[in-house]
Amino acid sequence: MTDSGITTNVIDKGQGLADMFINMGPQHPATHGVFRMELALDSELIVDATPHIGYLHRGSEKLFEHEIYSQIITLFDRLDYISNFNNELGLVMAVEKLMDLEVPDRAEYIRVILCELNRIASHLIFIGTFALDMGALTPSLYNFRDREKILTLFEATSGARMMHNFFRVGGVKQDVIKEFPAQVATLLDELEAGIDDADKMLSLGEVFVERTRGIGVIDGDVALDWGVSGATLRASGVPYDVRVEDPYSVYDRFDFGVPVGSAGDCWDRYYLRVLEARESIKIIRQALEQMEPGPIQTKVRAIARPPKGEVYVHAENPRGDFGVYLVSEGAESPYRLKVRPPSFCNLMALRDLLVGHYIADSVVILGSLDIVLGEVDR
Amino acid sequence: MPFEIDIGADLDEVVCRAPASHIDEIASILKSDERTSFKYLRLLCVVDYEEEEAAFDVVYHLYSLEHQHKMVLKARILAADPRLPTVTTVWRGADWYEREMHDLFGVEFLGHPDLRTLILPDGFEGFPGRKSFPLHDYDEF
Repeated sequence: MTDSGITTNVIDKGQGLADMFINMGPQHPATHGVFRMELALDSELIVDATPHIGYLHRGSEKLFEHEIYSQIITLFDRLDYISNFNNELGLVMAVEKLMDLEVPDRAEYIRVILCELNRIASHLIFIGTFALDMGALTPSLYNFRDREKILTLFEATSGARMMHNFFRVGGVKQDVIKEFPAQVATLLDELEAGIDDADKMLSLGEVFVERTRGIGVIDGDVALDWGVSGATLRASGVPYDVRVEDPYSVYDRFDFGVPVGSAGDCWDRYYLRVLEARESIKIIRQALEQMEPGPIQTKVRAIARPPKGEVYVHAENPRGDFGVYLVSEGAESPYRLKVRPPSFCNLMALRDLLVGHYIADSVVILGSLDIVLGEVDR
Repeated sequence: MPFEIDIGADLDEVVCRAPASHIDEIASILKSDERTSFKYLRLLCVVDYEEEEAAFDVVYHLYSLEHQHKMVLKARILAADPRLPTVTTVWRGADWYEREMHDLFGVEFLGHPDLRTLILPDGFEGFPGRKSFPLHDYDEF
């Protein structure tokens, strides 16, 4: 197979005889971004798949080394561009850990509330587009409507719908408005109803179940070997959630469950995200109750200079285990800042999931991994 | 086997420096031994110390779900001869990480099944991850 795309050679890939090659992407509505895969088919059966990434590579990790930390926050917004707050949290936690900073409680609660709302927004997109991949248009319209409500709240809080640049080393940019708790509480009720609607419409629908049950099965041990994380890993029965496993911020103060699947198929991966969105609502309600007035920022120099050293922190992003490895030489820019992008690892397992399924399922399987190419390519 | 372990004060985890030539064997022991059982490769990356020390560090972040242990494994390779064995035989998840590091830093992972370019355009010259590669003023693609 060549990089130019479609080849017509008939070759044996070991799984069966491939008699057709199909090039899917990078401009394809169901690849959720600029992602390309070459599929080798035996009539309609996928016998081999070669994913190609890099179309969105912006050299973020190189750029990090030339910017000061407050500028890097804006670059982190653009990694996983539908869970921006979660990305920002990963970076500021790394710098804070290296500088040994204590973050005020109120700032932590604001962060948790925003991150969990972002998780719900991200899962809403997933549920909507996943249904859309199978031809169901309605859930995506409802879910985008609900997500827009979250983004409106984000805009009122941070000034931007998506590229917030709101978290700071040692706190957050500004305090939330007085009406914020009441607004969030109202929003949560609406979101809960919205998630219930999507759940009722979709989850047990006969066609939906037929399309997703037993499709793209991955075993827990194999998934772990690929470095898969997040809901994709938990669907295979491995109860690994960073918020519980290695609690960061104030997550140890909340009572919430970690849904775990057993089949490791597309339906489990889908349904876990529905359940997770509900758990996030629980977390936010508790956070609103526990949040008290107080300072929102520790005193730090305007230009942060972490001491010489290195640190690895990770956080549970909507897509999985988001890691930040920061090597500092004591300067105002990092010496090396490497991101562990969860989608990147989840996508690596794609070939294993696709082989043996029909070409119509490729869209469903890719959709169930919930990738964001901004993070895969960086 | 020369094997040096030191516990990092600033990095709150065990840092193990290991010889690059045996990194695959060491990784395999760390994964299969019941006392460590590092089955989850969290991150594999290269840190460029070319200017000061003429070397690269290949850093492996490991995690054990059974023991909830974490560990950093580091292998130093010479910048003039950046080669070390692949760990794809130990963790399959090392596959794309190694291809990415091959693209950006020009590190050869010996025994990797498929070291094609992953994230750079085909035919791109140079190793843009390295410190010696300028951020601006290179040929436009």
